[in-house]
Amino acid sequence: MRTGAAEHGGGAGGFPAPPFLKVDMRQLLLALGLMLWLALPARAQDAFTAALPGLAGGFSDIATSVEQLGVLGDPRALPVLRALQEGRLQRTADGRVLLPGGIDAATGQAADAAAAETVRLNNRVRQALRGALGRLQLVSPDAAERGAAAEAIFRARSAEDVPLLQAAIAREADAGVRAKMVLALAAAQLVAPDEEAKRAAVARLGAAGAAEARALLLEARASNPDMATAIDVSVATIDRALSIRRAAETLFQGLSLGSVLLLAALGLAVTFGVMGVINMAHGEFVMLGAYATFVVQEACRGTPWLAPWSLPLSVPAAFLVAAAAGAVLERGLIRHLYGRPLETLLMTFGVGMILQQAVRVAFGAQNREVISPAWMQGTLMLPGGVAVTQNRLWIIVFGIAVLLLVVAAIRFTRFGLEMRAVVQNRRIAATMGIRTGRVDALTFAFGSGIAGMAGVAVSQIDNVSPNLGTGYIIDSFMVVVFGGVGSLTGTLVGALTLGVVNKVLEPYAGAVLAKVFVLVAIMLFIQRRPRGLFALKGRAAES
Amino acid sequence: MTATSPTMTRRVALGGLGAALAMPALRPAFGQGTPIKVGVLHSLSGTMAISETALRDTVLMMVDWVNAKGGVMGRKVEAVVVDPASNWPLFAEKARELLQVHKVDATFGCWTSVSRKSVLPVFEELNGMLFYPVQYEGEEESRNIFYTGAAPNQQAIPAVEYLMSEDGGGAKRIALLGTDYVYPRTTNRILRGFLKSKGIGEGDVMEEYTPFGHSDWQGIVARVKRFASEGKKTAIVSTINGDANVPFYRELGNQGIKAEDLPCVAFSVGEEELAGIDTRPLVGHLAAWNYFMSVPGTPNAEFKQLWQSYIKNPRRVTNDPMEATYTGFRMWTQAVEKARSTKVDDVRAAMIGQKLMAPCGYEEEMLPNHHLSKPVLIGEVQADGQFNIVWKTPNAVKAENWSPFIPENANRRR
Repeated sequence: MRTGAAEHGGGAGGFPAPPFLKVDMRQLLLALGLMLWLALPARAQDAFTAALPGLAGGFSDIATSVEQLGVLGDPRALPVLRALQEGRLQRTADGRVLLPGGIDAATGQAADAAAAETVRLNNRVRQALRGALGRLQLVSPDAAERGAAAEAIFRARSAEDVPLLQAAIAREADAGVRAKMVLALAAAQLVAPDEEAKRAAVARLGAAGAAEARALLLEARASNPDMATAIDVSVATIDRALSIRRAAETLFQGLSLGSVLLLAALGLAVTFGVMGVINMAHGEFVMLGAYATFVVQEACRGTPWLAPWSLPLSVPAAFLVAAAAGAVLERGLIRHLYGRPLETLLMTFGVGMILQQAVRVAFGAQNREVISPAWMQGTLMLPGGVAVTQNRLWIIVFGIAVLLLVVAAIRFTRFGLEMRAVVQNRRIAATMGIRTGRVDALTFAFGSGIAGMAGVAVSQIDNVSPNLGTGYIIDSFMVVVFGGVGSLTGTLVGALTLGVVNKVLEPYAGAVLAKVFVLVAIMLFIQRRPRGLFALKGRAAES
Repeated sequence: MTATSPTMTRRVALGGLGAALAMPALRPAFGQGTPIKVGVLHSLSGTMAISETALRDTVLMMVDWVNAKGGVMGRKVEAVVVDPASNWPLFAEKARELLQVHKVDATFGCWTSVSRKSVLPVFEELNGMLFYPVQYEGEEESRNIFYTGAAPNQQAIPAVEYLMSEDGGGAKRIALLGTDYVYPRTTNRILRGFLKSKGIGEGDVMEEYTPFGHSDWQGIVARVKRFASEGKKTAIVSTINGDANVPFYRELGNQGIKAEDLPCVAFSVGEEELAGIDTRPLVGHLAAWNYFMSVPGTPNAEFKQLWQSYIKNPRRVTNDPMEATYTGFRMWTQAVEKARSTKVDDVRAAMIGQKLMAPCGYEEEMLPNHHLSKPVLIGEVQADGQFNIVWKTPNAVKAENWSPFIPENANRRR
């Protein structure tokens, strides 16, 4: 395949026929045909102008004419198809097609674009367009564009692509792009009449181990009964690769759900786990954090250089907003109710409803849109073909960072030391000169602030609405109780376990039942181990 | 929703309160007779607020509109707004309050079928009149409800037929995704029956349900992707309701699902819901409705003009349930004028056969089964959040509220 042509660098049609003899006669003829075309520009022009009026017709006319333009190999087809894809191609009432800037596509002259309307697409046209653009862009000087073209042909494949791809592979220097082209060639050969090439294609697609290849093979199985066994072998190979990948993806989804639970529960691990305050308004602090993110985003919108950084900036903002709300709540109400859990529960529940309604009055009942920055959108391909979505990946990273921050604050700061001292023995701590009331307020504010930071993460995956918090309060308590009250390790392990178990169960039980199963499992677990996974030992646990 | 102005925010907050306070104080310069009261029963908070708040505003707009024209039978119309807060039992309580305390003559309200099912016994017991403006699953007919949205044969079935046609991509496998309540479950049951009649086997249909407000779609979207890799062209039919749609579409975009490979047709997502999402990754995904904001023609231009000047925001969108609310309200005023009475029994008799040139560009008629004849339109999401109409029926289709694909009810058809 790589003989001769590679040195020539290959302009379109300028490559010689590969000198080895195994080449199919049809392919040779097609290649010759391609050269003939370019030698006879007059004919190509006719075909090009003949295909254009279809673009001014109905959807099926547009699709047909796009296909015609795609196989022409005429350089003028590329701008027309690109403009169509970008929604910038226009048509006039009398059936002329205009390029952006009001240039008549057929004549190249400026035309009157006054009454022109945009040519619209539907999915059928889009499919045809992808294939046609792919064929034309195979000769692009840009490697990324050639790669995209190979992927497009892989999806749009037809037998006519075989010679085009063989020529492209012969002159391709980039290994990554060539691999894509080889796959696309296999896909095209699968629908081409050459039986021997088809067998090779089946094996090659099997080795590729991609879900798309599996779909192609199963499609081909129906029309090629004599190759059924070979196809089955290939499909089984793909299935093996996919099952490993699927397990990895499920694990990732579980960790991602777990990291959201961890973020939501970490603040509670401090206020409930360390201080023993049942704070039913915890979810509302998460909600305040999400709204703080929204406000920071709106504030940054005006300054272009600041806008991409609005999300990182909103982390401290959300912490401060929620921490301030927490400090007010603790000083104003909760400190009067220490040691009376039932009253605390009812009162914080009421505070939660007040906060919800206050936000509803201030921002409206409608959801607010927090935009994901570009670096958090799309999918990241890990080695081995495991696909992970960027926003989830960042949330896992953020969850770990917040956990480390909390651990560091408790272990290594003076505030952490005082907090531990007050929790272990309030009276002795007070005699040592620690102002326990101030430490209580700071601890509660700290826990609330962490909930606010969780709100920043949640704003990326959930709706920012006044009732955002209600969805997280139950899960947070579940994590803390399951992991063991007062243990940060327990919160981490508990959150990740619940996330993974939920995601593993989901395919079998459905999203609704999976949650029910998890709840039942926790109930049984708490019966056996009332103190959770990592129970505190010693006197502190008994008090 | 992104560009909601501060005035709008205040209106959301104070709308209900203001309407309730202003009501007794009004002494308009209308002719003799007490004002005619209409109830507005839409969630202004909770998971359905994303969809229902605009409907509350639509009814208030129509009240202003009819009063500007001199009222109905020369009498002023007044709106009584209550907030059932996406809480289904609260819908029944609020309906009772509207009928017994405020003594409204007609009510415009509900979005989800579960809320309609919860108020239906109240309207039947107290002989009230409810105008329900949303497409639904059918299998219901009450003398106290007028259904101005689509029945399954006016939305769900034509949409799936389109997906299976050459233009729609020739789908052979269907993934049915929905929120877990009566509308998606019944619609999907009807669709399963329909798909079976078209020769699509059980193995080629996948069904998944999620709770209201579901936000973690990664597993389900990954499973749909896998379902699509079985060698047959696949499509998604979504009956996901409320704000769960935002994270769902976000996940579709993030996992790189392109409409030309795996199109998703939604039955409960319109212009208003899309206003909260970045639609660029969603271009080409579909929605089936009986009205789109992009419909050409004078009736729609007037409707849009009325809405945008009422809401004082030239960028606010209109959608199908708003159009159904508008149509229902106008037919109600026509029927009251015809009956020369606001009594439920008189208006009910006058409603049947009412016709209106609706904003969708077709003449709609109230049929004896309390449903409308409506055209079916299929639109593709565009980058600007509007729909590009790619398919429509030549005429308005008569509603069949009893589906032939639900065996135990099929014989109740008229």
